[in-house]
Amino acid sequence: MSNVNKRLFKEKIAKVAMQVSGITITGSLFFIIGTILYKGIPYLSWDIISQVPKGGFYMGKEGGILNAILGSLYLATSSTILATLLGVPISVFLNVYVKSGSFLERSCKLLFDVLFGIPSIVYGAIAFSIMVWVGIRASLLGGIITITLLTIPIVVRTIDELLRTIPIDLKHVTFSLGATRWETAKICLKYIKPGVFTAILLAFGRAIGDVAGVLLTTGFSDNLPKYIDEPAATLPLAIFFQLSSPIPEVQGRAYASALVLTFIILVIVICTHLLASKQRKHKI
Amino acid sequence: MSWRLLKDKLIRQSFAAMLILSLVVIAVILIGLGLKSIPLLRAEDLGTILTESVWSPLNGSFGFFPFIMGTVWVTFISLIIAVPLCILASTYLVEYADDALRKMVLPLVNVLAAIPPVLYGVWGVLFVVPFLSEYIAPIVGAETTGYTVFAGGIVLAVMIFPIMVSIMVEVLQTIPYELKAASLSLGATKWETIVKVILVKSRPGLVAAVVLGISRAFGETIAVLMVCGNIPQVPKSFFDAGYPLPALIANNFGEMMSIPLYDSALMFAALLLFTLIFGFNLISRIILNRLEGKA
Repeated sequence: MSNVNKRLFKEKIAKVAMQVSGITITGSLFFIIGTILYKGIPYLSWDIISQVPKGGFYMGKEGGILNAILGSLYLATSSTILATLLGVPISVFLNVYVKSGSFLERSCKLLFDVLFGIPSIVYGAIAFSIMVWVGIRASLLGGIITITLLTIPIVVRTIDELLRTIPIDLKHVTFSLGATRWETAKICLKYIKPGVFTAILLAFGRAIGDVAGVLLTTGFSDNLPKYIDEPAATLPLAIFFQLSSPIPEVQGRAYASALVLTFIILVIVICTHLLASKQRKHKI
Repeated sequence: MSWRLLKDKLIRQSFAAMLILSLVVIAVILIGLGLKSIPLLRAEDLGTILTESVWSPLNGSFGFFPFIMGTVWVTFISLIIAVPLCILASTYLVEYADDALRKMVLPLVNVLAAIPPVLYGVWGVLFVVPFLSEYIAPIVGAETTGYTVFAGGIVLAVMIFPIMVSIMVEVLQTIPYELKAASLSLGATKWETIVKVILVKSRPGLVAAVVLGISRAFGETIAVLMVCGNIPQVPKSFFDAGYPLPALIANNFGEMMSIPLYDSALMFAALLLFTLIFGFNLISRIILNRLEGKA
């Protein structure tokens, strides 16, 4: 009997350990956001998000990070659009046009899965050397191309997962009615429409938060981004630079900037969540 | 009719072209990295580069050993922290938790995945680094600024939580109910069933999840760079500063142009990262695809 008690005791300990690890993992999210809120809120002001850096900004004088916010939005928006324009067709091609289960389909999907894990610093490094080789300097354009490369696998993978959930009957029915593959593809896309926006938002979130890819290719600038061939500031990079400053005011602004980025990411996450629940209810 | 077929054909060809374009870009990346690394590999042989520990580009000596060890240390520390936590938490989610809890926790874990690396870095600098230097280091009698491989490991551990938990949960859900029922009906407690049946059966999938975590940890640049100290030395303890490979690339790319072989060395670092991560990802994806096919 004591043996049974011992085993049941072990069971209890294990359960507690599991609960503790679950709480640690979920808690770390709130902890990170909490830390940034706690440190950032005192420094947040309208000036920070509405002005560009003025003289002596990096010494703790007046100014804001509007240049970085706009730069990041431009960069993330354009590369997300490009990645969607390339990624959605690739995914549709692999799921509707290519024979399912064929070598081409399986190897391409595997490749995009693997590319999904390639870190942005590698993309950044190679893009930088190509830019040096061609003779382009660090610019918004360079950043857009790098981040597009980075986000294509995300779009392809997410759309692919959605297309796989389409009942095979739906495809068969459309084919049997005499539809061409493109017409079937249009129906499939209609079926996963809210999910496509989820994929776009995921790509946008990744694009706006990336540092390593833009560090080498986009450069930094205190002006508002006007031309695509000029360096532009990005929000994560602004956080990084300001945080490494020894001056407390500048560091404070880094916290406030981190708060702005957190806010943008949370908005994206909430939209994604809403769309995902819409996808579950969505029917043709 | 023929217009519809023509349209279909045109679209097929343009979509195929986009696929080929993206594959070509990947090939260009790989070839570019290879070509750029050749000058360094000509100047010294691969073995020396990987094991030499002196990094002094001005004198033309490029020893990657400190950086490789820096990466190994932070990855190792993050795995020690993350693997047990993730296995326990995902088992709980699959075996004990009810639907409501699962539906609440998994989206939260996904939010963790959406947080940009730089914010993890900010958290590391604001919390982990001071916490280590003020509370943990005195306990073990070490003196440190807190900018250590340990700090890097902790930040990385939190960063690899989401990918490991989401894959482990998927893997654990593929275990057939009959196996569990058989074990429970023989009188095993739930925990014994988990240890002796479920975890054994799902081992390949769990390994794949860990390998994906490792490759995420290898490539993480900015968050680690912010908390690791960035001193090119071989770390000897948890409280030494380290200098992982991605940080090396990020920190030095701007200034390398004037020094011979410097850019080649950094490209070699990128190639090294690319190959390792590509290989790791490939292996674990193949394992996971097989499991999915079986289920």
